[in-house]
Amino acid sequence: MAQPEPELVTIHIMGKGYRVPKGLTIMKAMEYSGYRLIRGAGCRGGFCGACGTVYRTKGDWRLKVGLACQTVVEDGMYLTQIPFYPANKAVYDLAELKPGLATLLRLYPELPRCLGCNTCTRVCPQGIDVMDYMARAMRGDVAGVADRSFDCIMCGLCASRCPAEEVQYNVAILARRLYARYLAPPARHLAERVREIEEGRYDEELDRFVQMDPAELKKLYNARDIEA
Amino acid sequence: MYTANMLKSMARVEETRERRLQEKFPRLGPDEKDELLRRFHPDFREDTQRPVKVGPNAGDRMPHELVDLLEARSVVEPGAVDLDEPDYDVDVLVIGGGGAGAAAALTAHAHGADVLLVTKLRLGDANTMMAQGGIQAADKPNDSPVIHYLDVMGGGGFTNRPELVRALTADAPLVIRWLEELGCMFSKEADGTMMTIHGGGTSRKRMHFARDYTGAEIMRTLRDELLNRGINVVEFCAALELVLDDGGRCAGAVLQNLETGRLLVARARTTILATGGFGRIHVSGFPTSNHYGATADGLVMAYRAGARLVYLDATQFHPTGVAYPEQMLGQLVTEKVRGLGAQLVNAEGEQFVFPLETRDAVSAAIIRECFERGRGFVTETGQHGVWLDSPMIERIHGPGTVRAELPAMFRQYERFGIDMSSQPILIYPTLHYQNGGVEIDEFGRCPQVPGLYVAGEAAGGIHGRNRLMGNSLLDILVFGRRAGAHAAGEVSRIGLSRPTLDHVARFNREVEAAGLGRITAPILLPDYVRR
Ligand SMILES: Cc1cc2nc3c(=O)[nH]c(=O)nc-3n(C[C@H](O)[C@H](O)[C@H](O)COP(=O)(O)OP(=O)(O)OC[C@H]3O[C@@H](n4cnc5c(N)ncnc54)[C@H](O)[C@@H]3O)c2cc1C
Ligand code: SF4
Ligand code: SF4
Ligand code: FES
Repeated sequence: MAQPEPELVTIHIMGKGYRVPKGLTIMKAMEYSGYRLIRGAGCRGGFCGACGTVYRTKGDWRLKVGLACQTVVEDGMYLTQIPFYPANKAVYDLAELKPGLATLLRLYPELPRCLGCNTCTRVCPQGIDVMDYMARAMRGDVAGVADRSFDCIMCGLCASRCPAEEVQYNVAILARRLYARYLAPPARHLAERVREIEEGRYDEELDRFVQMDPAELKKLYNARDIEA
Repeated sequence: MYTANMLKSMARVEETRERRLQEKFPRLGPDEKDELLRRFHPDFREDTQRPVKVGPNAGDRMPHELVDLLEARSVVEPGAVDLDEPDYDVDVLVIGGGGAGAAAALTAHAHGADVLLVTKLRLGDANTMMAQGGIQAADKPNDSPVIHYLDVMGGGGFTNRPELVRALTADAPLVIRWLEELGCMFSKEADGTMMTIHGGGTSRKRMHFARDYTGAEIMRTLRDELLNRGINVVEFCAALELVLDDGGRCAGAVLQNLETGRLLVARARTTILATGGFGRIHVSGFPTSNHYGATADGLVMAYRAGARLVYLDATQFHPTGVAYPEQMLGQLVTEKVRGLGAQLVNAEGEQFVFPLETRDAVSAAIIRECFERGRGFVTETGQHGVWLDSPMIERIHGPGTVRAELPAMFRQYERFGIDMSSQPILIYPTLHYQNGGVEIDEFGRCPQVPGLYVAGEAAGGIHGRNRLMGNSLLDILVFGRRAGAHAAGEVSRIGLSRPTLDHVARFNREVEAAGLGRITAPILLPDYVRR
């Protein structure tokens, strides 16, 4: 099939102009322009947060941010990738922490500096209400932060634009780990099964299956009952 | 946003929808299925594979794209590297920062070893980060490791290595417990019971999940823990070749700082290879669901060091990869969409396959519909595809279901102006998983190369010729932990003699003698630059 000529737009990568087909993502447009990416590309599908990009569009003074693998180029776009961002991460031993405000404040003392400016919420490519979870963090609502921040891909775009120099996503992962370890009830059936395995309850039967002739195994497989 | 041509074809899908709601497409009979696979599935076709000419697997058939790399010369000039002044000297070297590598590094460290983890992109830029579906473990009262064992063997067509499956299923609850303790946020009932569902080929509901970001939740938790433990992690640092000592024992690796280009040498008493899969070599030209660094480097390095590869002629295609928009090409559309009732429909609005046939059969049926019958849709960039009628989900389960059940999926399409709850989506099979890999034993040891361990998607035999969903997130952690513990335990017993790259020089000569070796490998990253 003859392919129609693609319609081209002009973008500026770090100030240099390139003509690229309309509809490409920033990531593919950079490759189209001749960049072989090393930093700034990971999953290529919106999951890893490797590809944070700052840009401006024609006639707009505002700075915008987005994921290069998920943002489509626009005519007149000025852009640069953020290859690395020196964000603060607290180091801790989860086993020694208590889930609550005191822990959050001890590890991230800058937490109360949040100005409530809502910039983080506006820029989050995952559509997370970041300011809201930060407000919950300041109230010590660990479960709330864990729940509301769950879809965070740790791209760092919120932190890159925060006037209070918060590192929202690191606060969020601390809260999720605290929640899952201390506040969510442990799975009792799991602890029970782990005990059985450690006691060697299944060893003999597994050994028998490992030795079993494939034909017999196949028979058992075909006859197995399937949970509805 | 759909083009005018697409909207025209979509209108036909809409016209037939009410009728199709009542229609049940017949399942394939065994002979029909065989014939379909043989003619249209890339694994079974004659022209997609060839026997490799050199190395431990000489004579074995594998996809052309992989054979090209196995028959390539090394990127490293063996004489040009000074191995006697290593830049790092550690107990355990872990290569690859996905789930397998992270689990191995954490475990080796917990066993007291001095660990170095090097990875090609950032820590966590990996297939592990992308898994949405879930992870299997038999931890419910109606389930057991033995039942899980049976399911895994059946799923793999009884080609799996039994002792590996035993390790996989018996360790599974231990792995989930480990993650729970690390603060990994599994979806739970109010009383703490793990929420679990079925996956393809499971006889018990044992698929654990963390909303629809299971892999991401596991990966970011392990990454956080690695940083907390102060384990030395070097990013944008790729392994190029393994180093052997003159007794043939693995003694570390030649690395490259990808930013400066400089070569580095890591000397290590034990080495764990956890470099993941090969989606980005685009077997048979297929798009892929894999991350940017899935380029088979580990297979290439281990092969030159003398490791045997198993089951690499079996490739897992996922039938529903994105065919449009171009920006999402190859990305996974989860099986759940079909599970919830969406049918596969050609450009004329008709069904052509029962939507819940096995993955290989659905893939082959889509390829047949597009290429033999010419009833697929072809986009402006020349990509073929068929419709997945996602709006049926809302018709069957009520408005709002798509958004509630498939939030990550819905959000991704929404970014490109497509509302999958009211518009069908265009899909085509995508290269998804490397079923085979480097042969290992139940401790992750490579039998042919002492001191070398392999864990995760780079290893083979666990899943035989076909992996079931949810067993791969599991295997990377089971064998990552096993390799980490065993490697750390060996350290005090190992003395290394003179490090060499003689095996690489030898391999280069073998390649040249066979008239091969026009290209070099490992390739590290795919090349998508327009020339
Ligand atoms: C989209 C998608 C969805 C999936 N869904 C599921 C699911 O629901 N359930 C399930 O069980 N499985 C699923 N899988 C499969 C599963 O996620 C992977 O098989 C598994 O995560 C692989 O883990 P790994 O650690 O072996 O490899 P990876 O996670 O890919 O990590 C390998 C790492 O090694 C690095 N590396 C590669 N080469 C080098 C080198 N030369 N030097 C240094 N570092 C290198 C890579 O960059 C990467 O960081 C899915 C896979 C994909 C792609
Ligand atoms: S951007 Fe920073 S200061 Fe503004 S609301 Fe978010 S966290 Fe607070
Ligand atoms: S919360 Fe911040 S780091 Fe997380 S996805 Fe949103 S912008 Fe990115
Ligand atoms: S490359 Fe992973 S989010 Fe863009």
